[in-house]
Amino acid sequence: MEKLLEILALIKPGVDFTKSDSIVDDGILSSMDIARLVGEISDEFDVDIEVTDLVPENFNSVDSMMKMIERLEDED
Amino acid sequence: MKNILEFFETTTVKFPYKIGFTDINRKSTFSETMDKSKRIASVLSLYGTGKPVAVLIDKNCNCIDAMLGALYAGDFYIVVDVHSPQDRIKNILSTLEDTIIITDSNSIELANTVRSSEPIALYEDAIRYDINENALINIRKNMIDMDTAYILFTSGSTGKPKGTVISHRSLISYVNWITEEFKFDETTSFGSQTPLYFSMSVTDFYSTVKCGCCYNIIPKQHFSFPINLVKYLNEYQINTIYWVPTAISILSNWKVFDVIKPEYLKTVLFAGEVMPTKQLNYWINSLDENITYANLFGPTETTDICTFYVVNREFADDDSLPIGKHCDNCNVFIVKEDGTEAKDGEEGELFVRSTFMADGYYNNSEKTKEAFVQNPLNKAYPERVYKTGDIVKYNDKGELIYISRKDFQIKRSGYRIELGEIEAGANSVEGVKNCACIYDKEEDLLVLIYEGRVKKTETVLAGVMKKVPSYMYPDKVLRIKEMPQNANGKIDRKYLSTNYKKLGG
Repeated sequence: MEKLLEILALIKPGVDFTKSDSIVDDGILSSMDIARLVGEISDEFDVDIEVTDLVPENFNSVDSMMKMIERLEDED
Repeated sequence: MKNILEFFETTTVKFPYKIGFTDINRKSTFSETMDKSKRIASVLSLYGTGKPVAVLIDKNCNCIDAMLGALYAGDFYIVVDVHSPQDRIKNILSTLEDTIIITDSNSIELANTVRSSEPIALYEDAIRYDINENALINIRKNMIDMDTAYILFTSGSTGKPKGTVISHRSLISYVNWITEEFKFDETTSFGSQTPLYFSMSVTDFYSTVKCGCCYNIIPKQHFSFPINLVKYLNEYQINTIYWVPTAISILSNWKVFDVIKPEYLKTVLFAGEVMPTKQLNYWINSLDENITYANLFGPTETTDICTFYVVNREFADDDSLPIGKHCDNCNVFIVKEDGTEAKDGEEGELFVRSTFMADGYYNNSEKTKEAFVQNPLNKAYPERVYKTGDIVKYNDKGELIYISRKDFQIKRSGYRIELGEIEAGANSVEGVKNCACIYDKEEDLLVLIYEGRVKKTETVLAGVMKKVPSYMYPDKVLRIKEMPQNANGKIDRKYLSTNYKKLGG
């Protein structure tokens, strides 16, 4: 969780992501931000995010991002 | 033909109840769009005619009503990015004179904050106003094809945005070319990606106005989630797209077509930056072989495009696509540094002579004189041509090849970025002594380097974010002890661009 928050702080400094469950729907992250986020998550957690994982539901909250990461880690 | 609205009127007579414009919440027929725009025009006409109308409405069908409404009132519109920083909007408004603002209930707060003395018309009220048909007819009677239709603002090197002035005549001439070249008609269904304050949007929007196509505004969010994007294309039966290469590449980089394919696509056009061939090849190899792909090229100052290339052969992943040949009713030539015409594949600056050409920059005669100049090859009489600032040459097939921008100005995701505007933002932060923004082309990074007592780079970044739109945010901000200087005492940008990593990047 902490690692994810660090990544988010790097991409968009000064936003409290834990408070939102509509990060994507509210446009807090731009498309460029999401692209960077996906890259950082893949690198830092050593998981393969597939295009089928790339849906708003997986990125709307820190919790759902964590759930996706854990699921992908299990798949390895 | 004198006015772009004549296209709209012909289309509305032919297809009154056809859906012309859609956004995620609304579908609007041509007759509904006309009705609303005439009501808006009747309100705007109370303020006079031939004035700038700043449209502060997000990209949706209401924004379209307002744009056409401004034209019906004999005014010219300026679509303003409601998501850009207030300082930038204020800057644009201060460049314009005697402006009327039209906004909707979503952006009224913003409009009230950024305006100085401009009157505000509220969209929701304006569309309930009675149409004053007589007033609108009289306005039209007095108009000529050289009247301004709209102004598009790009960023200026001094940090002040530049407003490119486009006339009805330029617009008509350009739209005639694009629609005939790609055979758009009432069966054409566009999936629109580009913002209405960006020159590329002129192509799909006004093609729709002329040919009775359908202009579908794709929700921005879909470009982050490519499967949803393809689902959208299928749901709306999109057969034609005109996107920036970055948007096209998203689908390639994720290999989306291995999972889901667009079923209706026939024409794929792109412009605004260099299209990476590897990403294009993924489309060509994955999708229906009958799809037409074309690389379009041109600046805002030639309405949208001046040259184009329809892909007609295979390209290796490391080949680059030509920018092809001139459009119909648009002439281009290459001038070498010594002022003579380039020949036999010599490099030089691309010049354009065409009715596609803009009239100049609004309230900026200095920049206008620099870019719109006497044709250097014509000594006999005054003839204005446009210097694109792009370095090009012909290849052995007689196709134009793009080489680079002449100056510092860079393009990224289709947006024109002047590094000077980012620097102006950073310089405005208290404690910043010196700064330079460089573009690391290899890594596609905008790097802002500054010198000063501000210890936290975030503070400088926050200062920049207040001044420029999000596509201009630097990717890296570095604080260095001393700015390197060249022999002339200027900041040594060349050194910075190759050595910024050593300095702490």
